[in-house]
Amino acid sequence: MIGKAQLFTLCLAALMATAAAGQEAVARYRIENGAIAASLTGVPGDAARGRAIVVNRQTGLCLLCHAGPFPEERFQGTVGPDLRGVGSRLSAGEIRLRLVDSSAVNPATVMPPYHRIDGLERVAPAWRGKPAFDAQQIEDVVALLAGLKAP
Amino acid sequence: MIRQAAMAVALLATWPAAAQTDDMANPAFLWVEEGKALWSERPRPGAKSCADCHGAAETAMRGVAARHPAFDAKRGRAMLLTQRLDACRVEHQGETPFEPESRRQLGLAAYIALQSRGLPVAIAADGPLAKTVAEGRALYTRRIGQLDLSCAQCHDDLVGRRLAATAIPSGHVNAYPVYRSDWLGMGSFWRRLGNCTTGVRAEAFAPHSPEHVALESYLAARGNDLPMQAPGFRN
Ligand code: HEC
Ligand code: HEC
Ligand code: HEC
Repeated sequence: MIGKAQLFTLCLAALMATAAAGQEAVARYRIENGAIAASLTGVPGDAARGRAIVVNRQTGLCLLCHAGPFPEERFQGTVGPDLRGVGSRLSAGEIRLRLVDSSAVNPATVMPPYHRIDGLERVAPAWRGKPAFDAQQIEDVVALLAGLKAP
Repeated sequence: MIRQAAMAVALLATWPAAAQTDDMANPAFLWVEEGKALWSERPRPGAKSCADCHGAAETAMRGVAARHPAFDAKRGRAMLLTQRLDACRVEHQGETPFEPESRRQLGLAAYIALQSRGLPVAIAADGPLAKTVAEGRALYTRRIGQLDLSCAQCHDDLVGRRLAATAIPSGHVNAYPVYRSDWLGMGSFWRRLGNCTTGVRAEAFAPHSPEHVALESYLAARGNDLPMQAPGFRN
């Protein structure tokens, strides 16, 4: 027979485990004035790693939809805006929010949510419960894009 | 190669002249040839061929693909053309359903679709099929997958924009099944659907599942009055 206190502890442990797992998958953040001002990780992003992610057609997928200053890349997309000069149009915090969850800015957005797992339907088993990018990948891509200044 | 070309030429002799130049280059017609043979093949001694019951495909199957998917009153549900074929295979020939995407299934579907070439798509979407079409429309506009995109966002809103090298098409099904060079073979709408769900990192729909039937019914009805082009060719 499990006592009430024990049961409570068990539930709490389960809750904490869920919270920990959730935290692992998706970082906590705060949206203010259309931006996530604070870094998701506290570790500065690496623009070179960000570039490798952005040009990768399997992980980043960005160039399926966007063109950008990546002259070696053929067949860049025309679905979204050209990323040239995006660091002059948007602050790092605004870029971060658009990567994490663009639907927070535009409910009809076509830009995929790279760091959200809630509210997604029919996700393929291989991706279920995982965001497209982990928090550090978001920071790396923010570092790259924030540096794409208009000439 | 020469044998294939000769076969295509022989097949083409009876088809509308306008389509011929394109069709000559379309390997789908090798599948059609297989479907044509299957039409009059008895699966076992004593069993009936499609032709034994239906007669010549050119007359019996004219317009049939153009009005499928259709509501089947006897069975009380929507049926795809490929489900029709399975129903006759099982109920009238005592055989097992066709393997999805097999040469035999695609060949027969392509051969039957060819008998509707140039006819307008004519889905009876206002009748008892309306419920299935509405379900298909709901699925079509629902965001799915890790990329959280709906079919409509691409195939209604972004038609003509380039996804990498590919211009987004309007998502009509009047040319299906198609031969695709990057498949090195033929595929039905269901195979194409699998490419799109994979693209948005969504779970695939099973062949002949209610979702597959609903989506194909909606897309076919959305293409009403377009000329039938199956079997098509895609790069
Ligand atoms: C499925 C297509 C698609 C993919 C994939 C995609 N985007 Fe986008 N993105 C868009 C669209 C469309 C917009 C325009 C805003 C909207 O639809 O809400 C956009 C907007 C943006 C913006 C805001 C630009 C501006 O000038 O306002 C940034 C930054 C951005 N995307 C970066 C990226 C990066 C980086 C990636 C890859 C990690 C990516 N996108 C992947 C479609 C896409
Ligand atoms: C024993 C007779 C018989 C055989 C053999 C047979 N069918 Fe049928 N078929 C029917 C009947 C009866 C119907 C109409 C009612 C039903 O069963 O749904 C039909 C309906 C169809 C339809 C729908 C036609 C329409 O106007 O909507 C198609 C397509 C079809 N058959 C294809 C085939 C093919 C392909 C084969 C061979 C693989 C085949 N049938 C073999 C008897 C047969
Ligand atoms: C991110 C955009 C995108 C989304 C979302 C999408 N598709 Fe597609 N779809 C495409 C592209 C691009 C092609 C053409 C690919 C090619 O020809 O290489 C295509 C092809 C098709 C075709 C074939 C059209 C033809 O003329 O051959 C159909 C049908 C289709 N999609 C249906 C769907 C359905 C149903 C859904 C929703 C479950 C869907 N698509 C979701 C981009 C998309």
